[in-house]
Amino acid sequence: MPYLAPQNAEEAFRFLDRNRPKIIAGCTDYFPSLQQGETHQDLLDISRISGLRGINRTDRGWRIGAATTWTDVVRADLPRAFDALKLAAVEVGSLQIQNQGTVAGNICNASPAADGVPPLLVLDAEVEIGSVRGSRTVALSEFIQGVRKVDLGPGEMVVAIHVPDVVNEATSSFSKLGSREYLVISIAMVAAVVQVEDGHLTDVRVAIGSCSPVAQRLPDLEALLKGKSVADLAEMDFKAERTFAPLSPISDVRGSAEYRLDVVTEMCRRVIMQACKGD
Amino acid sequence: MDATNPNARIEFNLNGEDVRITAMPGERLSETLRERLDARDVKIGCNAGDCGACSVLINGEPVCACLMPAQQAAGQAVETVSGLVGRDDHAKALMERFQDHGAAQCGICTPGMMVAAVGLLRTNDAPDEQQVKDALGGVLCRCTGYRKIIDAVLDAPATMDDRGGAGRTLRRLDGVGKVSGTERFGDDVAPSGTLEIKVVRSHLPHASFEFGDLDAWCAQTAGMEAVLTAADIKGQNCFGVIPEFADQPVFAEGTARFRGEAVAAVVGTPDAIRTFQPKDFPVTWTAHKDSADPVQAQAADAPLLHETRKGNVMCRGFVKCGDADAALASADVTVEGTFSTGFVEHGYIEPEAGFAEVVDGRVEIHACTQAPGMDLDAMEIILGMDRSKIRMKPTGVGGGFGSKLDISVQPYLALAALKTGQPVRITYTRTESMQSTTKRHPSRIKLKIGATKDGRLSGFRFDGDFNTGAYASWGPTVANRVPVHASGPYRIADYTAVANGVHTNCPPAGAFRGFGVPQSGIAQESLFDDLAQKLDIDPLEFRIRNVLEDGVPTVCGQVFKQGVGAKACLEALRPSWDDERKAANAFNAQATGSKRRGVGIAAGWYGCGNTSLPNPSTIKAGIKADGTVVLHQGAMDIGQGANTVISQIFSTALGVSATDLALVGADTDVTPDAGKTSASRQTFVSGNAARLSGEAMRKKILRHLNVSDDATLTFGDGAITVADGDKTHKIDLSEMLADAEGYVFVSEGTYDPPTKPLDDSGQGVPYAQFGYAAQLAVVEVDEALGTVKPIKFVAAHDVGKAINPMLVEGQVQGGIAQGLGMALMEEYLPGRTENLHDYLIPTIGDIPPIETLIIEVPDEHGPYGAKGLGEHVLIPTAPALLNAIKHATGVRIHSVPVTPPKMYEAIKGRKNV
Repeated sequence: MPYLAPQNAEEAFRFLDRNRPKIIAGCTDYFPSLQQGETHQDLLDISRISGLRGINRTDRGWRIGAATTWTDVVRADLPRAFDALKLAAVEVGSLQIQNQGTVAGNICNASPAADGVPPLLVLDAEVEIGSVRGSRTVALSEFIQGVRKVDLGPGEMVVAIHVPDVVNEATSSFSKLGSREYLVISIAMVAAVVQVEDGHLTDVRVAIGSCSPVAQRLPDLEALLKGKSVADLAEMDFKAERTFAPLSPISDVRGSAEYRLDVVTEMCRRVIMQACKGD
Repeated sequence: MDATNPNARIEFNLNGEDVRITAMPGERLSETLRERLDARDVKIGCNAGDCGACSVLINGEPVCACLMPAQQAAGQAVETVSGLVGRDDHAKALMERFQDHGAAQCGICTPGMMVAAVGLLRTNDAPDEQQVKDALGGVLCRCTGYRKIIDAVLDAPATMDDRGGAGRTLRRLDGVGKVSGTERFGDDVAPSGTLEIKVVRSHLPHASFEFGDLDAWCAQTAGMEAVLTAADIKGQNCFGVIPEFADQPVFAEGTARFRGEAVAAVVGTPDAIRTFQPKDFPVTWTAHKDSADPVQAQAADAPLLHETRKGNVMCRGFVKCGDADAALASADVTVEGTFSTGFVEHGYIEPEAGFAEVVDGRVEIHACTQAPGMDLDAMEIILGMDRSKIRMKPTGVGGGFGSKLDISVQPYLALAALKTGQPVRITYTRTESMQSTTKRHPSRIKLKIGATKDGRLSGFRFDGDFNTGAYASWGPTVANRVPVHASGPYRIADYTAVANGVHTNCPPAGAFRGFGVPQSGIAQESLFDDLAQKLDIDPLEFRIRNVLEDGVPTVCGQVFKQGVGAKACLEALRPSWDDERKAANAFNAQATGSKRRGVGIAAGWYGCGNTSLPNPSTIKAGIKADGTVVLHQGAMDIGQGANTVISQIFSTALGVSATDLALVGADTDVTPDAGKTSASRQTFVSGNAARLSGEAMRKKILRHLNVSDDATLTFGDGAITVADGDKTHKIDLSEMLADAEGYVFVSEGTYDPPTKPLDDSGQGVPYAQFGYAAQLAVVEVDEALGTVKPIKFVAAHDVGKAINPMLVEGQVQGGIAQGLGMALMEEYLPGRTENLHDYLIPTIGDIPPIETLIIEVPDEHGPYGAKGLGEHVLIPTAPALLNAIKHATGVRIHSVPVTPPKMYEAIKGRKNV
């Protein structure tokens, strides 16, 4: 039952290849999932691997190391397109959870209600995966394949999340609907990144969480909104369009499918309008 | 960490000291701190990051120690509350402020709150309220309603009065241990390494089961010392808080009647218990048809849970006066409705826990409890041992609210200690605690009320079914209390109320702050608003027109000649009512978006103490030869403040300051039984016992010197100094003969409230006193999303005499927080919401400012006029919120919780009509 906390990635890859350990970092999902009597398998703690913590500028965008916590995101100096991610960060559980939990862990846990996924989807994030066999990169939208299911083969681990360059003019927002303040699993979430020129939307990206097994972008809505006047958003009938087709919400203790579909349209309007304000 | 030796020692700095320990790979840091480093000030409430009680600072940043492997702490600075209060200036200041504001009630969340607050103040020493909420949002508190914690962190002004007599705001006498993390709760008393117990439970709501070869399994399982089943019970495998209804086995025999019911327990080393997998235990299950609610349970083909209870009806409560049907028929207007509520979980942050050992042939049980005397009664029956061989030593109680009145861990501890001959401990997981302990009764209430055109009530017919779950627990109390209280504090001449307790295959429903009255209050106070609206009378005026007053009979025919404060409570709300209604109407008139505001009121009443049953408390005091005044204070302080209030009353009667007393707590060997902490009885009943004890002690001393009643007493330095007019006398205590306990003076006071039985129509004298309440709630509803945000409460409570105004405010705020939770978010669903992230209780972000109006209409029976308070508070909260929602949206909601989806559907329905 070894517990390995290596300082370099190669050592981690070798241990992964050899022992197929459970990968842990912030542990905010790992510990709550343990069942009575569940004995620890081999554990690979990636939190001490050099270069895995923090957000850096790269030649093609931004790199969020796999051990980067939500608090690291909140404190990082980032373009306004990342505001949605920062707003999501402060809604992840509580400050205690944000100090421990990692962005990469949030996507690897692959919960339909993962707070980080909608804001990363609207940033067109990609996932860098490493192993002894080398590294590969996949789009986040393809990395998360289903509930608790991600594209990680045996011996592989997420090394970083990459966000391609964003223009300085892009602004963003995020909203999470829950039954209480703090420490809440969302009923629905919306993230949006927009660009506004002369009062018109020149680019808009919207993603919805908790309304499908994996959070979804809404390409039809994005296409519909492109070119629209920001001033018209308040009166636009979002529900009239079949733009929410990618969503397939379930009914659970937090809300019915019908409720989710109804409110998410209004949330979209609000989040997009908020994003347009850019403050 | 050394990669080649993963289990190497871990070194980190704990509270300024370098420590080196060995931990299991992936061991939770909370476990390491508590069990290897004796940092029992780190509390564990959920092991899932949901409650934050285990918060520690890692390099200055708060984290949940339960979510961090010990290995990650290597090389870091770890700080816990006990270290912080010794070394950190912010913590030292917070420690004082928490006490000045009463920000710690039970104290189980306080270490987490303190740690989170220190983390904030180090980076921002002048935070605003929102910043405090953001910083403390990860720590749940079930007692305080958070407002006093916010006040303490913000350093709001606090007024203390150190004279400490009845009526003065005094710090809690037991506050230091709560804010510094030294108070010992249920899981804090056992030595590390003690044998542990794990209960094997049914995963099905109704199932028969058979064991395999338990002895062989135990012998083959490393570290497993014993298996306990019903066969180990030498007394009766049956307990219950109401002897005539006792029906619950310690271990089910052959059939389990609810999901979570205990069928066996294993006892082993910590390692054996840590690795124990329930699926390996030799038991086979056969599922049977179950009844999930009273409708299913009362179907013709429903299996009986208990053979003698036909139709699964456990019992029925009934109160009748006048002719309800005739009055309803002659009423000018009537309203009616069916209201429902779900299971509500108590949600104290301390799961049930304890420790037991055999000492000199006697079994000593340390556990968190609200009722050590009743626990002893139950253990005597279960163990089949003489009660002189059993000692109940309560630990600190990290919240109770009714559920810790019933035994939980106690029999497992005693049986395991006796069977193994070794010390043993047990701590429920959060899920076990939620699955197996009692809940608030779900209710389904049909109610019809009539009134005349001039706004006088005319007929009231109430039929309620209460889901009492698989076993009786306090179900009979709920069934009896509800018909007595369902009228609310109003004059209703023609009244019929029936409440049925119905068994289902659900967890036992028992006592929860209000014993069914919060449920009936929702129906009654909602329909009162509808009635007022139909009559076009202001809802507050409608209530005042019908409110009980001195000399007016209750629905039980009880006439109080004095002390009825219901009208005073309602009238106290009038200025806020007028202002807030105007403000809300103005807000709505100008609203362009989807937000609407509403203001609602509701009243409530609650009889203090047992319903028409004996209910005594005894309080003992002694004076030692050195002059120390010792108070044997056996009224369990579960956070509400009995240690302080009872001491204030005693000290007032004796004529000393409460801060001069030495307290000895509940312990069945040394402290007389002060009864159970329930039914809002401790201030009233044990308070009276304390007053009688203090008066008796004073009389003994005065008689010893033959001085006047006006003499002032000073204790200390081996003497009692008595100043009588211009003369000073001295009793040299060292010359007096001390008894076996070392006391030279001893006094005891016993009080039992005067009540009379109820007749077949529920007529009689159920309680010696009631307390009264009225609350106003302001809400903002976002109609597009269905979210309801309370933005203000004003709460008027008649407490007769506020023995400690700060503690009164604490009860009011905490009760409102629980009422808010019940109204807006809480519903326990077996198998679905068995943890604190699926079952939501309010966080610090959910509780708006609460203005408390203390009303003092003295009661002739109460000590210095005092009345009980604890349960009264949450009775008006939910209906006030529902009435506010109606004002905001026009929609009457008939069931709680009003989650966003439910609110949204109701609004959508309105718009479609």
